[in-house]
Amino acid sequence: MSLPNKEEPLTLDTFVRGIWKENPVFVTVLGMCPTLAVTNSATNAISMGLATTFVLICSNVLVSMLRKVIPKEVRIAAYIVLIASFVTVVDYAIQAISLEVYEALGAFIQLIVVNCIILGRAEAYASRQTVVNTAVNSVGTGIGFTIALLCLGVVREVLGAGTLFGVQILPGQFQPWVLMLLPAGGFFVLAGWMLLIDWLNIRKERRALEQQGATVHGQ
Amino acid sequence: MSAEVPVQAPAQAVPFLPMIRTLGLVSLICGFSVTLAYQWTKPYVEENQRITTERAVRAVLPQAAAQKAFVLGPDGVAPAGADSPPEDTVYVGYDAAGKIVGVAARGASRGYADLVHVMYAYDPACQCINAVRVTKMNETPGLGDAVVKDAAFQKNFEALDARVNGDGTALANRIVTVKHGTKREAWQIDAISGSTVTSKAIGRGLDQSAQRLVPRIQRHLAELERGGR
Repeated sequence: MSLPNKEEPLTLDTFVRGIWKENPVFVTVLGMCPTLAVTNSATNAISMGLATTFVLICSNVLVSMLRKVIPKEVRIAAYIVLIASFVTVVDYAIQAISLEVYEALGAFIQLIVVNCIILGRAEAYASRQTVVNTAVNSVGTGIGFTIALLCLGVVREVLGAGTLFGVQILPGQFQPWVLMLLPAGGFFVLAGWMLLIDWLNIRKERRALEQQGATVHGQ
Repeated sequence: MSAEVPVQAPAQAVPFLPMIRTLGLVSLICGFSVTLAYQWTKPYVEENQRITTERAVRAVLPQAAAQKAFVLGPDGVAPAGADSPPEDTVYVGYDAAGKIVGVAARGASRGYADLVHVMYAYDPACQCINAVRVTKMNETPGLGDAVVKDAAFQKNFEALDARVNGDGTALANRIVTVKHGTKREAWQIDAISGSTVTSKAIGRGLDQSAQRLVPRIQRHLAELERGGR
């Protein structure tokens, strides 16, 4: 992951980076605790993704706003208090929206406080970049995290229960693979997605090298 | 000959006041956000809790035309409020004429992964538990969660004996979960093979709650009946 020390210009890459090149789950392998624990259904996955995205955007924008007044000696304490507050806000909001989702996500909502994606972005990006850059980068990272959770949640729910968002989609004769709903299933699906994404990246790099080689030889 | 001693730069003073000021500012922003969120969401959360409880009660007392919540303390009956202890709260179901059709209550006990929460219906006429629904659990999919789907297990709760003893202080017989296929008595629950831990948790939860509440329900039945009119 790149750690820009100076303020960088706002580009499309500021936004897209967190979705693909630095996807928090598939590339930087951060936030594994909620990734494996709550992705046994697509609804849980998307709820956790959105909750984390909200905390990520709000806390990092505030960190960026206060970056010039927070002394470095107390920065971690300040970041953690900010993150914990937004997690509490999200905790109340989810209870107000749906108690079922709140109970399904369980302690993992409160554990967003120690999600290393959020603290990592605050320390490595928001504390050095402008508010606009931070907001754009946080939205991208949040979307990347949500998409990753959804990728896992969809596969695990479809194979583990035969449903998607609670709606039966596989025929009644299909015997659900209960293993997919268990923690081991989370590891299998995560490994499958990481394998696919790495393969795509390697293929892309190889093609780029081949094109480069052809250009050099062909002059 | 004199050796030159390198001069050390004086250590920078720790910015004490800025640290206090910043942490104070951060705490102020956070305190304000959290309090605002709490105040704003409180009525919605309470409404959600009320709807969830009502649904759970309706699931075990489908014949009730109306339901009212009471606290059954050791001293008597009082209408339940938002802060009432859940272990002493009962939900009384009434028919259209205001007669009691059943009393619902909560029970909980530790299962394999976490607490298994149930809502059950007690029928004062037959002094038995005639419906049980799992309201919350985190048991292993495919194993522990069989207690929700298994029709044979649900049959245990068609008329589970919950009579009170002679002096009206406890159940005449403890509700116990027994090994699959060994149920002999009306107060026993036949466990599901492969979900024994969860089956036992349900039995324990029912027993603990019924031992506490059923004698009080029987003692204050007339007051509960009047509460429906």
